[in-house]
Amino acid sequence: MSTFLDALAWILDPSSWGGSQGIAVRVAQHLAITVAAVLLAAVPAVPLGVLIGHTRRGRGVVVALAGAVRAVPTLGLLTLLALLLGVGVWAPLLALVALAVPSLLAGAYAGVESADPEAVDAARAMGMSERQIVRHVELPLGAGVLVGGFRAATLQVVATATLAAYTSDTGLGRYLFSGLKSRDYTLMLGGAILVALLALVLDRLLAVAQGRATGLARRTAADSRLGA
Amino acid sequence: MTWLQNNAAWVVELAWRHLLLALPAIAASVVLAVALGRVAHRRPRLRQPVLALASVVYAVPALPLLIVVPLVLSIPLRSPLTLVVALTLYGTALLVGTATDAFDSVDGQVRDAATATGHGRSALFWRVDLPLSVPVLISGVRVITVSTVSLVTIGALVGISSLGTLLTDGFQRGITSEVAIGVGVTMALALALDALVVVLGRVLTPWQPRRRSVRAPAPPELVR
Repeated sequence: MSTFLDALAWILDPSSWGGSQGIAVRVAQHLAITVAAVLLAAVPAVPLGVLIGHTRRGRGVVVALAGAVRAVPTLGLLTLLALLLGVGVWAPLLALVALAVPSLLAGAYAGVESADPEAVDAARAMGMSERQIVRHVELPLGAGVLVGGFRAATLQVVATATLAAYTSDTGLGRYLFSGLKSRDYTLMLGGAILVALLALVLDRLLAVAQGRATGLARRTAADSRLGA
Repeated sequence: MTWLQNNAAWVVELAWRHLLLALPAIAASVVLAVALGRVAHRRPRLRQPVLALASVVYAVPALPLLIVVPLVLSIPLRSPLTLVVALTLYGTALLVGTATDAFDSVDGQVRDAATATGHGRSALFWRVDLPLSVPVLISGVRVITVSTVSLVTIGALVGISSLGTLLTDGFQRGITSEVAIGVGVTMALALALDALVVVLGRVLTPWQPRRRSVRAPAPPELVR
């Protein structure tokens, strides 16, 4: 119990927050690598997922790919990339991008697929182009699921970004590894609590975003029913 | 490859340890998630709290969990039990949603018919609800099997030996082939267990058509 109190005292001590090794800098690094990894992964994953959801082709490939990626131990990918690319920030960033892709792909295709087929057919009958159908019907209707994909990806990445500190001096994981090396339980636990808090806060924020997006989907569906 | 030839016995030993850490965690996760999924299905008032708790537990990153669990249970940091408990928490959190969906998927008319033919509460659970929930449940069990096997490697960071030891040892000594073999064998183990779960699912549901695969549900990470 006293270890917990010591760790809390360390977190609440203003002097832990300042400086180039302080909590503030570490939280910023952790967030930066998380956001960068998710956005970089979204560049190929979201358009590809939308395409798969819209055409209903290639779903099997994506499910198999997601399964295979889940089987890759992230620590292995990270250490392998670090041996190949050196100890900079690129190795963990690339590993995190690879980790984020399956959830984003799944969110995008599942979201687009979740649009009511009757609404899609109605849009097509009204003369909308395929591009318009995606933009004005399928994406708004599937927004909640799409954001859910971002939420799942962000959660995995923010958690795994902790491991980045194993090969490169980045993020909150550093406290865990320094603590492990010097048997400093206070530092280890303090770092653990900070990472867990950051993950929980991000998850809650994205849950709210997901709720809003689902609301948007419902309103879009209601509008189309009124218009019909 | 020469590395593998010289260290084959060690790799086999680590793979065995890996399995001994992963299997109890997977089994415990299935039991706990089925129990909690059952509660969430039966009691609408508890459904939201149970699923919300699962999503909070799932949000806690793995490495911090490995440090917090031994402190809470007062067991040594390097104890294999630490890893099994942490992986069970994860596996359960990830599977509860699917387990709830699995019980939801059981046809109400079939349950009514079972009640009408004299099945009591426990017979209804063991002979109707549980078997009929297997097809949906199996999809979630496959996911936690693969993710648990891959997560066991994290234990190497705190000194719990498994195939993850090849990753940390290979990285520290700069032996790329050691790390690559660690990744490869872990993946092979995960996919082999996954195939085993698929076979188990088929054996448990002989009434399901073999050829036509059931439409894969959305990944459980998304159903939270």
